[in-house]
Amino acid sequence: MRKTLGLAALAAVLACGGASAQQVNVKIGVLSDMSSLYADIGGPGSVAAAKMAIADFTKDHPDVKVELISGDHQNKPDIGSQIANQWYDVDKVDLIIDVPNSGVALAVSQVANQKNKVFIVSGAAASDITGPKCNANTIHWTYDTWMLANGTGTAIVKTGGDSWFFLTADYAFGHALERDTMAAVEKAGGKVLGKVRHPLNTNDFSSFLLQAQSSKAKVIGLANAGGDTINSIKQAAEFGIVKGGQSLAGLLVFASDVAALGLPTAQGLVLTETWYWDMNDTNRAWTKRWQQERQGKWPTMIHAGVYAGITHYLKAAVALKGNLSDGKAVVAQMKSMPTDDPLFGKGTIRPDGRKVHPAYLLEVKKPADSKYPGDFYNIRATIPADEAFRPLKEGNCPLVSG
Amino acid sequence: MFEMFGISSQALFGQLLIGLINGSFYALLSLGLAVIFGMLNIINFSHGAQYMMGAFAAYLILQYSGLGYWPALIIAPILVGITGVIVERLFLQWLYKLDHLYGLLLTFGLALIFEGVARNYFGSAGLPYTVPESLQGGRNLGFMFLPNYRAWVIGGSLVVCFGTWFVIERTRLGAYLRAATENPTLVRAFGINVPRMITLTYGFGVALAAFAGVMAAPIYNVSPQMGSELIIVVFAVVVIGGMGSILGAIITGFGLGVIEGLTKYFFPEASNTVIFVIMAIVLLVRPAGLFGRRA
Amino acid sequence: MERVADPLAVGKPSALRTQSETIGFLIMVAALVIGPFVTYPLFLMQAMCFALFACAFNLLIGYVGLLSFGHALYFGWASYLSAYAAKAWGLTPELAILTGTVTAAVCGLVAGSLAIRRQGIYFAMITLALAQMMYFFALQAKFTGGEDGIQAVPRGHLFGLIDLRNDMVMYVVVLVIFLAGFGFIHRIIHSPFGEVLKAIRENESRAISLGYKTDRYKLVAFVLSATLAGVAGATKAIVLQLASLTDVNWPMSGEVVLMTLVGGLGTIFGPVVGAFVILVMQFKLAPIGEWVLVIQGVIFVTCVLLFRRGVVGEIANKLRIRL
Repeated sequence: MRKTLGLAALAAVLACGGASAQQVNVKIGVLSDMSSLYADIGGPGSVAAAKMAIADFTKDHPDVKVELISGDHQNKPDIGSQIANQWYDVDKVDLIIDVPNSGVALAVSQVANQKNKVFIVSGAAASDITGPKCNANTIHWTYDTWMLANGTGTAIVKTGGDSWFFLTADYAFGHALERDTMAAVEKAGGKVLGKVRHPLNTNDFSSFLLQAQSSKAKVIGLANAGGDTINSIKQAAEFGIVKGGQSLAGLLVFASDVAALGLPTAQGLVLTETWYWDMNDTNRAWTKRWQQERQGKWPTMIHAGVYAGITHYLKAAVALKGNLSDGKAVVAQMKSMPTDDPLFGKGTIRPDGRKVHPAYLLEVKKPADSKYPGDFYNIRATIPADEAFRPLKEGNCPLVSG
Repeated sequence: MFEMFGISSQALFGQLLIGLINGSFYALLSLGLAVIFGMLNIINFSHGAQYMMGAFAAYLILQYSGLGYWPALIIAPILVGITGVIVERLFLQWLYKLDHLYGLLLTFGLALIFEGVARNYFGSAGLPYTVPESLQGGRNLGFMFLPNYRAWVIGGSLVVCFGTWFVIERTRLGAYLRAATENPTLVRAFGINVPRMITLTYGFGVALAAFAGVMAAPIYNVSPQMGSELIIVVFAVVVIGGMGSILGAIITGFGLGVIEGLTKYFFPEASNTVIFVIMAIVLLVRPAGLFGRRA
Repeated sequence: MERVADPLAVGKPSALRTQSETIGFLIMVAALVIGPFVTYPLFLMQAMCFALFACAFNLLIGYVGLLSFGHALYFGWASYLSAYAAKAWGLTPELAILTGTVTAAVCGLVAGSLAIRRQGIYFAMITLALAQMMYFFALQAKFTGGEDGIQAVPRGHLFGLIDLRNDMVMYVVVLVIFLAGFGFIHRIIHSPFGEVLKAIRENESRAISLGYKTDRYKLVAFVLSATLAGVAGATKAIVLQLASLTDVNWPMSGEVVLMTLVGGLGTIFGPVVGAFVILVMQFKLAPIGEWVLVIQGVIFVTCVLLFRRGVVGEIANKLRIRL
């Protein structure tokens, strides 16, 4: 499970450094889903982002030597836990990053806590990671279910979508998404007209969509993910739901899903993300570089999170002069330093491990408005960082006093 | 309109119609499986992967030749059917003398290969494929809005299903096929090329799966795992109908689609499991399935 | 007199057979004792759990001739109950494992009595269907934690005394459990009961005509197989400190079939070797992670076409011994 990349050629430069330059050695492991459901939103793209982060950082800090390995957890908590254990114990990895799939992320978080190393979650969504299951060795970057629910829910109600109907995947993640979004909608003054639960990995949503259609709700919230979301949207187009005046709110949708649907089917879909490749010139330039390794694909916010997370970790490593044996100390250092990276801009990491940054309400463009490949979204609203994530006090994180 | 069991007849007929649509896919797929098992005694675990290959073939045909849905409906099954023929010649023919469990294991392995390769080249999110222009939109039937495409699905599958049944049960070619499974040596003695018939039969069963895949592409997500999600349910359908019974597969497919549709309305959380429960019951009461001959 | 070993046929016992099996057993024990000092103990523990799982599965297919395509049911549910017992009820690990095992035994009894009535393909399909039903149940039940699974299961103190958080101590416990399970299976196979099972595999009607109530024998074998799979699952939950949906899903059932096929159906050591091979493959090949599925498929196909006897079976065949 080692694809070892030594990025250590800078050692030659180090030789000139002499006693003043502190040699910092870091080993980072990108643990992701390389081969199944989340391979597009995380996977090899995360490894590419990691390489870029390391290359950019070591260019400015020649005294830092970083070794990168990667592994495939295949969406199985057993394998993820096994790899994490082995990496921390045997392979002397200091930081594990990414891990799409909340079940695996929770398992790895435990391992990081036990071994006192560092774990940065970019790929997984469970807001519990900074809630009841938080610990002093884990940082949650990019996004979580609370932010998705709140961002999409509140923002849509504010722009006029005040009656909702939920199509929910019948398992813990779907219920959580539904519950959080319902709370956000009602708090913003909207009404929930009804909901229907469908089994996970359903192929055919016709009966559920019919119910949604007859409820006459202005917004149909899709509290599901992956293939279920894509099927719901595809079939909603078939039944003319969006043409009939209702809009679809995807509570967990990535750029790769939009690419899979194609703009004719996905147009009008409203969703929330914390990073989009086409938002500004910096992002566009970064994306071009990223695409050299991943031709034909588009980076997701998860890839951006891996880049930013590693950058911040390396800054902390330098501040600690390379002393990385105490994971809790490193995380504390990361929380004490404000973050500043090209992709997410300025931000902070809260005591519960939650990285906060602004979120963006996005709408999928009509095919006619899309000028070039990858031109998926219109930005409908920006949610400021202090509103985008769950308030610190409400999380029930044991690290937060009270 | 009138009320029955507390729900309006509108909703009821709507659900029944939708159930029939689902049932069409079940019927097409279980038909292919039944043909293959009935004629070859092989459990074709790669049927789901071949369904997926049909959908992917439709996508690729569109990408590379610009041909749309209607040509794909013919070309894709032929292409995938040819791969089926290759599979049979390369792998399956060595297994006929063995326990049929080996056929199951081999096709299971093939399914993993097909799915893995598809995933590596195309990613797992899925590929876009839209409903053809001529079938877009729908009509309001009063009790529900029926997309035109879905009406075509029901019609198309009924035609293909009963066409296949007719060929196998009522024509001479079908009679040769059926005779060959019962007594290949005797049939060969009559000068009929039995191995070639078997190969073509497998190819045909695979082509049926691919045909279902093309029909599915506009409305279901075209992803590498689309087959594996469906295959277990289809097995249950075939077992309930009676493995090897063509008519059984068709009728059970449509019937179970309707039952599943009704369950989705009354008790959605159980809609996954209802087919398996029925399968367990049927196997206990009638081990050969509803329409099967004695195992 | 020496016999050619055919894993799927019965051979008369002979002095040579006992010798080769004993030597094999000693080699295996030696490897497992030295193992944790050479490679990562956590990995070996997980491998032993899966090896026991594969051995339990092999009991049914190799010696009774019944292909169960839903064995993940017993493995997974034992894992869940063991994890839950240790975490929510605070039971000590040996009681937690016992809870898991009993769960698997009960499931095995219920499932077995339904499935045993049919043979061959129908049997396989029923076991698959039952496993799928229990998968959906696990998906929705609150206590299983759904997609997240049951996490942070405490290792606990064995008998209330021995702290299992130390990996080496845990290793000894797992090794003992594995060897006990393995030994138990060996006893079953070489007992009069085992001989009847093999007779049923060879020719069930003949066995019936000899007066054996074959259904009862098959059911007992099924329950034993399920129970031992449960021991494996329950132990795994304590070792890895988690239980998840992966354990009850049908790809897991497929994996145990693959392990046994690769190792050698109907051989004693086959499943053990197969489990280790497949697990090593999963870990070592992860950098070409995109190809794991394809490679597994290729192995399946190759084994069915060319290496039907599996690794151990081929070795046994070449050396003309019984393993």
